[in-house]
This record gives sequence, structure tokens and C-alpha cells, in this order.
Amino acid sequence: MDFLRPASWEEALAAKAEHPTAVPLSGGTDVMVEINFDHRRPEYLLDLNRIELLREWEVGEENVRLGAAVPYTQIMENLRTELPGLALASHTVASPQIRNRGGVGGNLGTASPAGDAHPALLAAGAEVEVESVRGNRFIPIDEFYTGVKRNALQPDELIKTVHIKKADGPQQYSKVGTRNAMVIAVCAFGLALHPETRTVRTGIGSAAPTPIRAKEAEAFLNAALEEGGFWDNGKIITPSIAKQFADLCSGAANPIDDVRGTAKYRRHAVGIMARRQLGWTWEQYRGTGRTLEGAA
Amino acid sequence: MRVNFTVNGRPQEADDVWEGESLLYVLRERLGLPGSKNACEQGECGSCTVRLDGVPVCSCLVAAGQVEGREVVTVEGLAEFAKERTEHAGCASGTCGTSLDAAKKWEAKPGQDSQTGEGVELSPIQQAFIDAGAVQCGFCTPGLLVAADEMLERNPSPTDADIREALSGNLCRCTGYEKILDAVRLAAARQERQGEAV
Repeated sequence: MDFLRPASWEEALAAKAEHPTAVPLSGGTDVMVEINFDHRRPEYLLDLNRIELLREWEVGEENVRLGAAVPYTQIMENLRTELPGLALASHTVASPQIRNRGGVGGNLGTASPAGDAHPALLAAGAEVEVESVRGNRFIPIDEFYTGVKRNALQPDELIKTVHIKKADGPQQYSKVGTRNAMVIAVCAFGLALHPETRTVRTGIGSAAPTPIRAKEAEAFLNAALEEGGFWDNGKIITPSIAKQFADLCSGAANPIDDVRGTAKYRRHAVGIMARRQLGWTWEQYRGTGRTLEGAA
Repeated sequence: MRVNFTVNGRPQEADDVWEGESLLYVLRERLGLPGSKNACEQGECGSCTVRLDGVPVCSCLVAAGQVEGREVVTVEGLAEFAKERTEHAGCASGTCGTSLDAAKKWEAKPGQDSQTGEGVELSPIQQAFIDAGAVQCGFCTPGLLVAADEMLERNPSPTDADIREALSGNLCRCTGYEKILDAVRLAAARQERQGEAV
């Protein structure tokens, strides 16, 4: 095994081009476990810890440009207003020790359906900027996850920045697990209201081969909110609309039975989370109009 | 490969390090510092918690090569680290810290009473763990000490929720959590009293 320690982003890209099998290593949450347990013996480890730009973020007009290695702790502490859904999701990641090292780039690189950040990214709307010596490209988050633990990266590409839409309305995130800390999601759900475009977006985690959006549920809710004039009159969403939305979210899931839970339970729980989050976010929207802080 | 880094305030060099080796392995097997415990090797239990450039991390999830040129504080250096923090607001000169020899020999009972920790340099959080009876089998203790000490540095007056949150990455399989919470509350109260006295 070789340990590659590029001092700059350019060096990292060159190293990845030269050794496409090199495994990028940042917070170590996934990669080090695989090495410790002898599940993986990569030929090359590509350490990204020395690359400053991966740990930087910038709040722009419409987007937050989030470096791939910005630790979850920083997201929770500094980006709650701009990225409330992702901040809530970050808080559910593992433990303080792991949140101090891990970042969204690792979640995207591993592309596990259970990665905590995915539902929040899908709901908020995001693009993943990847780069290689050949140049950079932006991958819409909807096209990023291509299979179980597979993503749209080419072998010579590295994840540089995640461009996430700043919240223009309330967002929520929840995760089902057996305890508060240190759990892999049994399933997870994220919801973002986008009052500017009068749309909603969802994200479902750990309940399909990849993280997915419940697009039918979104389309239904968009139409129902429009038809009822809800965005203008701010009325309480009728229980029948909420139920239909929840059922459609449930139906969008395509889970399996495994040690953490059954497919039936996951489908059920996704529906429950969807209905509750619609209630919470809509209350926020009606209440102060634009409460962007995430609730617990 | 060779890894150069600072451990407990002193520069150290580890040789013949395998590229896939964890920081935890280097500390325990190459530098002879077994204070950081090896339990789950997957970041679940927090027993291997150390400070890396001041930040609490699971040393089993840090690759040895990633610590090149960086600073690590282990439980063996915690007493000195806490002392420097109180007296000098940290160590700038590089002459303080704990030498490898001293760290290797560190134990809570060099001929003294291990129950009370008398006669041995302890950090306030270590003393509080002894006084509150927060140590049972002791395996989770080093990780908890490092995590709790860092929280008290950052947040001198923690609520119970803050303490639970800060220690949520540390498992105690004796399930002695109540006494551990007591110990952290005790250390916080003592720290506050000391702050008032100064």
C-alpha cells in the first residue's frame, strides 16, 4: 500500500489521474473501518487532509459552496440558517468525534443509501462539483447516485465542492434509529419547502437502492397546494392532502428487509416522517412566514 | 513509512509504520502509549478518543499518515495539558508537555493510593472521576476523560443535555453513565469555583 499525501488540490488531481484506483481518504469514517477490519486493501490511499480548499465554505447569493471535507460539526455550527435541513442531518451523524472529521464529500463518495446527508441534499437541491486533470463538471444531485454504493464519478475524478441551494423556506430532516447517537439510519426523510418557486422537494434515505426523491408525492403536493391557494392563504393543509402525500412518499420507497428493519416497517416509517415533516414545515411557513432555523 | 508528529507536547517519530495503520495503533504499539483503548476499531465506542490539533477524534479512524506534522494529546498527557491550560493558557514554548518516557510510566498509582489519586498529578476531570466513583472496569475511562475535558474547555457551564451530547460518542459497557455524568458535573462545579477564586 502507498500513502499519497498531496499538498494541494492540483497535486491531488494529478495523483488521482496517475493512480485511478487510489482511494480518497478524508475523515476516515468509512475507509478506515474497512481497512481496520481487513475488508479492503487499496493499493493507494489518497489523503486529502492537507488540502485547505476542501475545508472551506462560502455563502453566495443563491448557493452555499460547501467544500467536500467541511466537517459536519462546522455545518451544524455555521450553516444552520442557510442549510437547515443539512444542519439537522449533520447533527444525526454518528458522534461528536466523527462529526469533527467527517464531511459531505465522504457521504457522496461512499454513496451508501444510508448516508445521512443525502435526503437533505436531495430536498434542498444541490450540484456536486467534481474535478479531474481533464477539467471540472457539475453533477446534479438527482443524477449523482447511480446504484448501491455507486455514484457518477469517473475513476480519475475527485469531489471538490457541493453547491447547495440556500433555503428559501422551512426544511426538516428526521432519521429512524434505535438510539440518538451512533446509528445507521433504518430510514431517513428530508423535506424542503421552496416558497419562491412554490414547490416542495423530498429526499428518502435507506429505503431504496439509492437515496431518492419521492417525485410523485412532490408533484401531487405542488398541485394540491397550488389548487387550494395554500401558499397565499397560509391555511392549514387538510388531513386528506397530508395523508395522500405521506402515502405517495411511502410508495416511492423501495426498501429491503435487513438487520436494521423490515421493508414493511421502512415503508411505513417513511410515510410517518413525511406526514409529520409536512406538518412541522407548514407550521413554520404559516407562522412567522420564513422561519429558516431547523427544529429538533 | 516514517511519521513525525507531536504527542503530548513533545515531537515524536514513529518508524516502520504500515500505510494503512491507524493513529491508535501507532500510539499503542509503536510509541508504547496504551492509554487510548482499542475496542471496536470502527468509531462506535469512543474508547480511543484523542485530541488531534485540539479536536476530539477517534484515533482508530485516523490514518497514521494523516497526523504527519500535527499535534496529538492522549490521556497520558491530559494532566499536563490541563495544567498548561490553566497556568499559561496553553503551551507556546514547546518545552512543556509530557515526555514519552513519563507518559509510558504514567499510572494513577505510583506507590500512592489509587482510590484518591493522592500524590500523583491528575487533571481536574480525572480527579472528579475518582471522587465521583465514575470508574468501573475502566476501559471506557480514557476516552471519556479526553472527551469530557474538551467539553469543559469549550463549555465551562454545561447543562445535562450538553454533557450527554458531548459524551454521546463514548460507550460504557458497565453502563455506569450516571456516575460519569456526576463526575463531569463535579468537575464543572469545581472549575467554576476555581474561576471565582481567581
